Amino acid sequence: MSRPLLDIRNLTLGFKGWTGVTEVLHGISLNIQPGERVALVGESGSGKSVTARIVLGMLQSLRSARIGGTVEFDGRNLAQMSRTERQQLRGTRISMIFQDPTSSLNPVYRIGTQFHEVLKREAPGVSYREAMKRAAEILHEVSIGDAERVLNSYPFQLSGGMNQRVMIAMALANEPDLLLADEPGTALDVTVQTQTLDLMRGLVEQHNTAVLFISHNLGVVREFADRVYVIYKGRIVEHGPTTALFDDPRHPYTRALMMAVPRLTGGGVPDIDDDASAFSAPLVDHLSGEGRP
Amino acid sequence: MKRTISILIANPLSLLGVVLVATVVLSALFADFIAPFPEHRGAVVDFANFNKAPEWPYIMGTDLVGRDIFSRILYAFRISLILGVVVLAIAVPIGVTVGLVAGYFGGWTEYILMRITDIFLSIPPLVLAMSIMGVLEPTLANGMLAVTVMWWPWYTRLVYNITRSEREEGYVLAAEVIGASPLHVIFREILPNCVPAVVTKMTLDLGFVILIASSLSFLGLGVQPPTPDLGSMVADGAKYLPDSWWLTVFPGLAILVAVFGFNLIGDALRDILGADQ
Repeated sequence: MSRPLLDIRNLTLGFKGWTGVTEVLHGISLNIQPGERVALVGESGSGKSVTARIVLGMLQSLRSARIGGTVEFDGRNLAQMSRTERQQLRGTRISMIFQDPTSSLNPVYRIGTQFHEVLKREAPGVSYREAMKRAAEILHEVSIGDAERVLNSYPFQLSGGMNQRVMIAMALANEPDLLLADEPGTALDVTVQTQTLDLMRGLVEQHNTAVLFISHNLGVVREFADRVYVIYKGRIVEHGPTTALFDDPRHPYTRALMMAVPRLTGGGVPDIDDDASAFSAPLVDHLSGEGRP
Repeated sequence: MKRTISILIANPLSLLGVVLVATVVLSALFADFIAPFPEHRGAVVDFANFNKAPEWPYIMGTDLVGRDIFSRILYAFRISLILGVVVLAIAVPIGVTVGLVAGYFGGWTEYILMRITDIFLSIPPLVLAMSIMGVLEPTLANGMLAVTVMWWPWYTRLVYNITRSEREEGYVLAAEVIGASPLHVIFREILPNCVPAVVTKMTLDLGFVILIASSLSFLGLGVQPPTPDLGSMVADGAKYLPDSWWLTVFPGLAILVAVFGFNLIGDALRDILGADQ
C-alpha cells in the first residue's frame, strides 16, 4: 500500500466551555489514498463536519478546541505546521465544497471576480483576463457552455444548480490533491443534486483528486464512494469498501441507518428502533477483519 | 438605474428629498453668486438697515447689525455641509473598522472594543460634545472633533451587528477555506455587504450632524461670530421673539430644510439599496 494522502490516527477533539471539556470526537482513524473517494457517513452532530474542519486546519487555531491524535497530510503532521503553512495548503492542495452553493458565494461580487480570487491563490500575479480564460475552460468542464454570461453574473442571478457547478469548478480550479465535500448539494433538489454529483465524479476521476465525501445520504454515498466510514457520536463504527459494507452491514448502527432511508415504493418513513444501546458496539472493519462475528 | 428612478418616482417624498438636498448643496456651492450681499458673511455693519423685516432687497430681513439674513443662511449652509461631511469622513471609517474587527474576531477583541464603544454611547451625546468644547477652544475644527467623538460608536454598533450575522454566511467560510487572510475576509468579503446599511445611515446622519452642530453653536460652543452659522443665528434672534421673528424663523427653517431633505434621501436610499432586507 502506498503512503496515504490523508492519514488521521486516533483523532480526538473536545471543546472547552464553562462547565469543562465537551468531547466531540473520541479517537477517529481514517485514511485516504491519492485519488481515492472516501465517504464519511453519519447523522447530524456525529462529528463529520468538525473532522473536515480539522483537516483544513481551521480548528487548530481556535483556543477552546482540544485536539489529540495526529492528522497527516501528504506525510506532514498538520499539528506541527505553522498557521501560515496550514493556510498555504488551503485553496491550493486542499479545497472544499459546501452544502449550500448560493450562500457560499459572496453576493456582492460577480462570479468572475470570485474566480479570479481563487486562481490568485495558486498564481498570485494572474491577470483578470488570463483568469477569465482559465475560468471559462474549467466552467466548460462542468458543462457550463455560456461561461461568459455566468462569469459576468452575480450569484443570485444563477440557479442553485448553476452555482453548485461554479463551486465545483472553483474548488477544482487549482487542481487540489484533496477535495472535502461537506454534504454537497443538500440544499438543492434531488435531480440537480444527481447531475452535479455525476459531474463531480467525472472530474475528480479525470484529475485524480482524492475526495473526502461527507454525507448523511446513503444513496449518494453508494454511488459515489470507493470506501465508506460510518461515524456515530464521534466514533467510527464501521468501515469497509462500499459494496462490502452495503451488501453486508454488520454494525447495528449501520443497519439502523440503512433501515431509516424512506422507501419510494410505499411504506413511507420506516419505524426506527429507539433502542440505541447497541449502537455503541465496537468497530467493525471489513478490511482488517476486526469485529467479525 | 431603472429601478432607482422608478422608486424615486413612485415615492414623491424621496423626490422632494432630492430637491431639498440639491437646493441646500447648490446654494452652499454657489453662495458667492446667489447671495445678494456676499460681504455680509463677515464682520460687516450697516446700521442704516438694521433689524429690517423682509422687504426687497432683503428678502429674509436683516439682523441686528444690518446684515442680510438670506446671504448669511447661504454661507451657513456651506459651514454646515463641510462640518457634516468632515465629521462623517472621520467617524465612519473609524466606527466601521472597529465594528468589523470586533464582529469578526469575537472573544476578547470584541469584548474590549465593544465595551469601549458602550462607554462612549453611555454619555449623553450633547453633554459629551459640550464637555469637549468646554475644555478646548470653541472653533469650527474643535466642533468637528467633538461631534466626531460622539458619532463613531453608532457606526461601530451598526457594523458590528451586520458583521456578526455575515460572519456565519457560507461565503465567509468558503473564503477562509481557500486560505483567505482575516484582512481579506474583513475588508473584501464582509465590508461590501455592510455598505448599503452604512451609506443609508450616513445620508440620514448628515442631517443629524447638522442638527447637533447647530445645537452646539446655539449654546455658543460651535462656530464663532462673525462666521455665519444656523444655530448661532437662531440663538441670537431668540431674544427678540416674537417682534423680530425673521431673525429666528428663517435660519430655523433652513435647518429644517437641510435635515428634512437628508432624512428623506436616507429613506429613499434604504429602499433602493434594500438595506432593511
